[in-house]
Amino acid sequence: MSPRDGADAFPDATELADPLLTVDDLRTWFHTPRGTVRAVDGISLTVRRGTTVGVVGESGSGKTVLSRSIMGLLPTRDVERAGTVTFAGRDLTTMSAKELRSVWGPQIAMIFQDPMTALNPVKRVGAQITESLRLHLHMDRKEARATAAALLDSVGIPSPEKRLRAYPSQLSGGMRQRVMIAIALACGPRLVLADEPTTGLDVTIQAQILDLLGSLQDERNMAMILVTHDLGVVATRADEIVVMYAGKVVERAPTPTLFADPKMPYTRALMDSIPRLSQPSGTRLAAIAGRPPDLVDPPQGCRFAPRCPYAQDRCRESEPPLRTAGSADHLFACWFPLTNGRPSAPLTNNEVTP
Amino acid sequence: MPDDRELAATGAAAELLADITPGDAALSEEAVSLAVAGARRRPLGIIFWLAVTWVGIVVIAAIFANLLPLAHPNFQNYSAINTGPSIHHLLGTDDLGRDLLSRLIFGARVSLVVGFGSIAIGMIVGGSAGLVSAYLGGGWDATMNGFAFVILAFPQILALIAITAFWGTALWKITLIIGIGSIPLIFRVVRASTLAFVNREFVVAARALGASPARIIFRELLPNVLPAALSFAMIGVAGAIVLEGTLAFLGLSVPLPTPSWGNMIAEGSTNGQLQQNIYIMLWPAISMFLLLLSINLIGDRLRQRFDVRESLV
Amino acid sequence: MLVTYLAKRLVQLIAVTFLISVIVFLLVHLLPGDPSVTILGANDTPQNRLILLHQLGLNKPLVAQYATWLGQVLHGSLGQSYLTHQQVSQIIAQGAPVDLELIVLSQIIAFAVAIPLALVASRRSNRPVDRMATTTTFGLLALPPFVLAPILVAIFAVGLGWFPATGTVPISQNLATNLHDMILPAVALSFGSIALYYRLLRSDLIATLQEDFITSARAKGLHPRRVMLRHALRPSTFSLLAAAGVNIGSLLAGAFIVESLFAINGVGLALINAVEQRDYLVVQGIALVVALVYVIIQFIVDFIFTVVDPRVARG
Repeated sequence: MSPRDGADAFPDATELADPLLTVDDLRTWFHTPRGTVRAVDGISLTVRRGTTVGVVGESGSGKTVLSRSIMGLLPTRDVERAGTVTFAGRDLTTMSAKELRSVWGPQIAMIFQDPMTALNPVKRVGAQITESLRLHLHMDRKEARATAAALLDSVGIPSPEKRLRAYPSQLSGGMRQRVMIAIALACGPRLVLADEPTTGLDVTIQAQILDLLGSLQDERNMAMILVTHDLGVVATRADEIVVMYAGKVVERAPTPTLFADPKMPYTRALMDSIPRLSQPSGTRLAAIAGRPPDLVDPPQGCRFAPRCPYAQDRCRESEPPLRTAGSADHLFACWFPLTNGRPSAPLTNNEVTP
Repeated sequence: MPDDRELAATGAAAELLADITPGDAALSEEAVSLAVAGARRRPLGIIFWLAVTWVGIVVIAAIFANLLPLAHPNFQNYSAINTGPSIHHLLGTDDLGRDLLSRLIFGARVSLVVGFGSIAIGMIVGGSAGLVSAYLGGGWDATMNGFAFVILAFPQILALIAITAFWGTALWKITLIIGIGSIPLIFRVVRASTLAFVNREFVVAARALGASPARIIFRELLPNVLPAALSFAMIGVAGAIVLEGTLAFLGLSVPLPTPSWGNMIAEGSTNGQLQQNIYIMLWPAISMFLLLLSINLIGDRLRQRFDVRESLV
Repeated sequence: MLVTYLAKRLVQLIAVTFLISVIVFLLVHLLPGDPSVTILGANDTPQNRLILLHQLGLNKPLVAQYATWLGQVLHGSLGQSYLTHQQVSQIIAQGAPVDLELIVLSQIIAFAVAIPLALVASRRSNRPVDRMATTTTFGLLALPPFVLAPILVAIFAVGLGWFPATGTVPISQNLATNLHDMILPAVALSFGSIALYYRLLRSDLIATLQEDFITSARAKGLHPRRVMLRHALRPSTFSLLAAAGVNIGSLLAGAFIVESLFAINGVGLALINAVEQRDYLVVQGIALVVALVYVIIQFIVDFIFTVVDPRVARG
């Protein structure tokens, strides 16, 4: 098998007008003793070559499950997955385990939330980078090592040769995340799934890591799905934003449209919880009261209704479908959408039941 | 407070499921089912009750051995040597014409007395020391714990062999020695599980209300620690029975001709006996296996039910 | 960091060693039973007894006796048997190799069975393979050597005649025969370890397999076998190693049983003989050496920990 075989299986993305990744009505259910957890419940999205799609939602909204489900990295038992994930013309959901393994790494890679737990604590950094180089690109030991050092250099790690011999615990948090990125990019993937890549890092390092990801993405013409709970993180970096709540897409639009005209009160609430540098320190963030619903037994009607300040009887009775607003690329699911970020009709407030 | 525990378990399960990520989903295999089982109390199952039945049969037979229609365990019937199982001797006889069923039932007494007796000693002394030590804390606790640690660093079998050899092998001595030997381990287990409760709200509240130390220890701490301690005690009983059996096999337990399962196995294991009459070894070996299996099983199920972590030890 | 950590453990080791020497000494000396009766018989005169006690230094205060004994031990002398006049160190040197062989063989068998079994079972937890392996090993826990060894002898030595029921030739004489003879004893000794190691490794592996770094290893497209062996196994071996260290204690007890059943002349048999003959210096010497070996093995296991797990040295 020649080194390029893995790539030959997929027609070169540049030849295709189609999007690189199309997720259609993806569902991921976990069967637990307590009942079925509908963590991802009918999600569709598309990612074009070289672009970034931000997936935003609170913890518990199913966004992490979504990213793993797209990749096919799910436990095998008690998990049900339906829908299709089409990557460069091939459906990942019907692939064999062996085929999937040839996709993971050279085609699609993942950057994990917490590099402390996502890096093997008892393996040297070097070994963790070279193993995929040797597997997918068939490099020999020396070549892989040189490539790994070059990768560390490209993610901004000083004296890379030395770092290859370090254990993850000997690196700082920011360094670890850079290593994680180097591992993900090692085999030159065409799509990167970054799951909360900067959570747990302090603000300046967050910006550095995100900028690094952005520039590497441009260099390599790589597409990215950036999963985060912080709308601020994707505001300047994503081309399109998908807002998730309780396993469903509640709003989806190109970034400028979304920020200019959010339709869904949940989106608005997420915007209000972005910390702004212009705010005087000590300003209280408008957090959203309550927690996302139990996905075993989600509320009837709109799943956000119990926490929504503008919810009406209709919201609690029937579920709003995803529909277009203004342009075809702006979708939202709400019976009483906002206009320019404000409630459109005089609405009575929801009784707050925390 | 059992309610408290249940609540905690339910809370954990709810949290896991609410904040679901694939890592947690993988956990659902064991962790969620465990958390939910803790809240729901699944039944102990038929195997558990079979184990209880076997232990019950052995205990009752041993207690009422004198009332059973059996030959005296040491009565030598020279007209029936090495008979296999028959209507007269249900399990056969040994090379001296002694009834194996009788010896088996009387022999069970040794295992049971040593097993339960020694762990009772260990629980009373080591358990209360662990409770008090964990409650008092500070330098006293650290010293006790360090001491237990050093004693545990000493291989128990060595001490047992030396002591029984020099002091004697009467049943009460064996029981006492194994009991004393079990103190450090039980101390550490009880201490560790008590520590988990000492700073809980209900204990702090009792303290703030001016409850006496004795009241806190017996009314607040003991009921919480007891389930864990008892399920560990079952494993301790199995361990004590194994130790006694080992000593008996080496001829360092209850002196002959008093039967014990260990010395019966030893008697039946010589090369000649294994060829001539395998039953002498076989019956006590099977009985011992089933007894240990049952006790381990009971302990294991109790441990699962009370959610005691194995690593506590 | 590593150096201070090890230094601390070393101080602990020395303290424990000292305490062990005291325990061993007291064990033998505080117990009832007059060695002069054993040596001279019950009918000898009180004078002769006193002379003997004087010769053996047994009439001095305990502290002085302990000091004398410790002084000799520190000079490398464990004393000699007053029955055979053989040096205690020589008795141990004769018996130790066969015990070492027995324990090493049993541990090789235990690891060779337990590790692959745990790897297979943990990947398919709660499926038939796992349930079967877990139930079987639970059963093994109820088969201590004194129950298992006679059954193995009955089946494989007496019944099938594949192995000798007793005795062995020294390893130096004929390696093949020696190994063949040692299989049954080693297997008898290994069952408990198999059960213990399997259960620990399985539950640790199941926990490790839920770690993020396993998912991230899978995300690299690695073969599941590589994920198990290269990523999951090593971080899951800590309790296993700790248990293997502590397990030496029950292996010793088991080795004594196996020695006595198979008539293998190891340290255990020598100890039991000495105990029966009240040969107190031999008992004292063997107990001290065995206890020390036990403590040192635990120290080494601890040391290996720091090497295997780079987290320990830093924490």
